[in-house]
Amino acid sequence: MGFKNSIIWMYFSSPRNFYPLAGKLIPWFAGLAAIFAIVGLYISFFVAPPVLSDQKEYYVIIFIHVAAAWMSMFIYVVMSVYAFIGLVWNIKMSEMMATALAPTGAMFTFLALWTGALWGRPSWGTYWVWDARLTSELILLFLYIGFMSLQSAIDDPRRAARASGLLAIVGVINIPIIYFSVRWWNTLHQGFSVTPTQTKQLVDPAIFWGMIIVALACWMYTIAVVLARVRTEILERERQTSWVQGLVGGQK
Amino acid sequence: MNAIADFFHIGGYGFYVWGSYGVTALFIAIEIYLVVRAKHTVTKRLARLSRLNNKVS
Repeated sequence: MGFKNSIIWMYFSSPRNFYPLAGKLIPWFAGLAAIFAIVGLYISFFVAPPVLSDQKEYYVIIFIHVAAAWMSMFIYVVMSVYAFIGLVWNIKMSEMMATALAPTGAMFTFLALWTGALWGRPSWGTYWVWDARLTSELILLFLYIGFMSLQSAIDDPRRAARASGLLAIVGVINIPIIYFSVRWWNTLHQGFSVTPTQTKQLVDPAIFWGMIIVALACWMYTIAVVLARVRTEILERERQTSWVQGLVGGQK
Repeated sequence: MNAIADFFHIGGYGFYVWGSYGVTALFIAIEIYLVVRAKHTVTKRLARLSRLNNKVS
């Protein structure tokens, strides 16, 4: 990273500068999320084939299930990177980003489990099984809940960020466990269906692009909602500063 | 027959498919509502506190 870039990073690591930037970015990401959602769902329901080999019409759950599962893991990794940066370099803005990511990550984890259950019932004949993939994903949900409860249990925001940040970093070990669970253990859950090298032979292009575009919609949505949440977090934690006082004081 | 009814029926698996997509849509709607409400509540509370401080000082 060049000198100019590091100046930009330093500039926006200040809550005061990040607050208006986040406000400007939200409508763009929300708009992209809506466009990707419309295109992705259109492909999912109208372009992709109605049945997939032995999987009957219910397989259309794949689009939201895969997107939610990817987001659940991806958000966790991003959250723990922010927690790590906050912990090591003591950057408040980074701690706040980790805090803002957790509820959305927990939501996608729950949705991955929920849509998986509704897919498992017609496909495997059961809503739930204590299989490696499903169990490790459930542990991910508990990690998110633990992260959030730890933060709300500690009053001092810096101490709360340090304790929960440590939990987030240690919990990262669960991510490769989830990802490789279908390879390391015999599971009921199907194996990798999307890998960088084999994708083209394994799935219909409409299914592949449907999954990618729905996942992009979830990704853009996550950025928009997390930026909106972090703005509130900034106001709360910076409420003693003159710029926040000036900002809220001006509003009735 | 009825194309719209067929679409929602999804070969008899409507419950599972709409249960998945419906709950996802519901959660997203709830999350957006909560985020917007939190912003509103916090802004109002901080504005009240700042007015109080101005009166005191």
